Amino acid sequence: MTIGSFLVRRLGSGALAILGVSILTFGFLHLVPGDPVDHLAGGDAPLEIRRKIEHCMGLDRSLPAQFVGFLGHVVDGTLGNQCRNGDPKGPTVAARVAEVMPHTLALAVCGMLVAVVLALPLGIAAAIRRGTWLDTAATVVSLSGIAVPQMMFAPLILLWGFIALGWFPGPTEVGPSAIILPAFAVGTHLMAMLARMTRSSMVEVLGEDYVRTARAKGLGEGRVLALHALRNALLPVITVVGLQFGSLLSGAIIIENVFSRPGLGATLVDAIKERNYPVVQGAVLVIAAIYVAVNLIVDLSYGLTDPRIRRA
Amino acid sequence: MTGPADRAAGRRRGPALSPSAWLGLVMLAVYVIAGIAGPWLAPYDLTRPHVELAHQFEAGSAAHWLGTDASGRDALSQLLWGARSALELSVIVVAISSAIGLLVGTVAGWFGGAVDEIVMRTVDVLMAFPGILLNIAIVATVARPGVPLTIAALCANGWVGYARVARGQVLALRDRDYVAAAVALGASNRRIMLRHLVPNLMGPAMVQMSFGLGAVIIVEASLSFLGIGPQLDYTWGAMLDQARNFLWNTDWVRVYALVPGLAITWVVLGANLLGDGLRDRFDPRQRGRGGAGAAGAAGPSGRA
Repeated sequence: MTIGSFLVRRLGSGALAILGVSILTFGFLHLVPGDPVDHLAGGDAPLEIRRKIEHCMGLDRSLPAQFVGFLGHVVDGTLGNQCRNGDPKGPTVAARVAEVMPHTLALAVCGMLVAVVLALPLGIAAAIRRGTWLDTAATVVSLSGIAVPQMMFAPLILLWGFIALGWFPGPTEVGPSAIILPAFAVGTHLMAMLARMTRSSMVEVLGEDYVRTARAKGLGEGRVLALHALRNALLPVITVVGLQFGSLLSGAIIIENVFSRPGLGATLVDAIKERNYPVVQGAVLVIAAIYVAVNLIVDLSYGLTDPRIRRA
Repeated sequence: MTGPADRAAGRRRGPALSPSAWLGLVMLAVYVIAGIAGPWLAPYDLTRPHVELAHQFEAGSAAHWLGTDASGRDALSQLLWGARSALELSVIVVAISSAIGLLVGTVAGWFGGAVDEIVMRTVDVLMAFPGILLNIAIVATVARPGVPLTIAALCANGWVGYARVARGQVLALRDRDYVAAAVALGASNRRIMLRHLVPNLMGPAMVQMSFGLGAVIIVEASLSFLGIGPQLDYTWGAMLDQARNFLWNTDWVRVYALVPGLAITWVVLGANLLGDGLRDRFDPRQRGRGGAGAAGAAGPSGRA
């Protein structure tokens, strides 16, 4: 299969998945009880304003017409109107997503950086020194990283870094340094799974014939590890990094909540709570698209690290 | 953690559970006992609401071993009541999700064709969306979500993992001689699936259940922490939520914050240790295998 037909096939199934998620969200929003106008306008708003919001959201049209309207807003790139007070020329959903996206992106990149920097050395060292105290220590660290809930860890990090030490900025503060504590809270959690993956992948690869061959031909241990073992061991690690990055981009809800950070996840949770249909639809679409794109990039990156897959 | 030698042995017969898996089993047993007997073991009766602000955030004492909360209620009692909530919810969610998932996955894998296509596309759609956001979307449809709605929300995407495991297993099992023999003998599809396929995929399914148990606890606590959890009287997530609001006040609050957090850690750790051990026992090759299979079972942050 050529790379071109692979891309076409994957983009097609990705678009189908995004459409499926959109239909599911749409159906879901309209199935559940509760009037969105009540939430946006307030219960005792004058009829005129209620009409305006209703019209802005397209609620006065039939369900199929509403969905087609939504698809139209996807095509024109606005994702629809936020309809805060029924003003049809008000801010668009795309504008709201664009506003929070830099925060989400910054947290995802910094958190992933913390995770990779901690996890790779830990996992590799544990695999090389398998069965020693180092391996045991790495296992304990990564298992506790998985098991300790972020709901406890994040507030404690905040307490320690912001209140007890006073070295780091706390919630509601802005500036580049405000990301240190949230990134650390996100990163340590991700590190756990990544370190486990790196270790088991590395252990597997170190038992392969080609590693024995490389050693037998007299290659230095450093070159064996770096050129032969690590490169092959990285494949499943890349998968996990990619998938984790995808879920980070959809918003680290707990961390955003604890550190009072804006972000895609927080935006969606708020929109769901206030039943703002256009914002929910738009944010869900963006999140699904990110997921599909990240998965595709992960698959494509296999070819870069492993030529065998490119040929297959 | 097993080496290549253990793995080779596992392929032949399957070793006994490792010590760490036994540790996980014991940890889960403690949790189950606390969950069943919790409300009776609790030193204080929490069914009668009472607020004693005079006893707010007291330190641990003979009267209150783990201290008290913002309303002066006993923390140990809340912990035990919370164990009951967590146990009920996690067992029901895992039972329903696994039943649906195994059924759907087995049917998809056995019949293939259009059925398989529909199931796998549905799985793709649910996988194309972060799990907890879907849970929130469902729970947030009502102002005060009850236990049934929370269970439904967690099952809505919880079955996906089991369906993938079951389908993969069935695809591998369907070419086995004993299945061919059953087909040749004229066994019905239902009989083949129930008597020959399902029993043989229970091993990997149990691995998934073990990880799922930990995942459900985390998701439920996350929902309660965000203030949209099931409207139960006492849950660990709600305790964590309460604690972080008072984190700045007094020193003892920090201990109160640790209590439910460590309880969650205990359960998730036990579930993961057991899951790892079961995985080595039932499917030695799964360990360290790259691709979606390994990523899907990588841990509690995956799907329940």
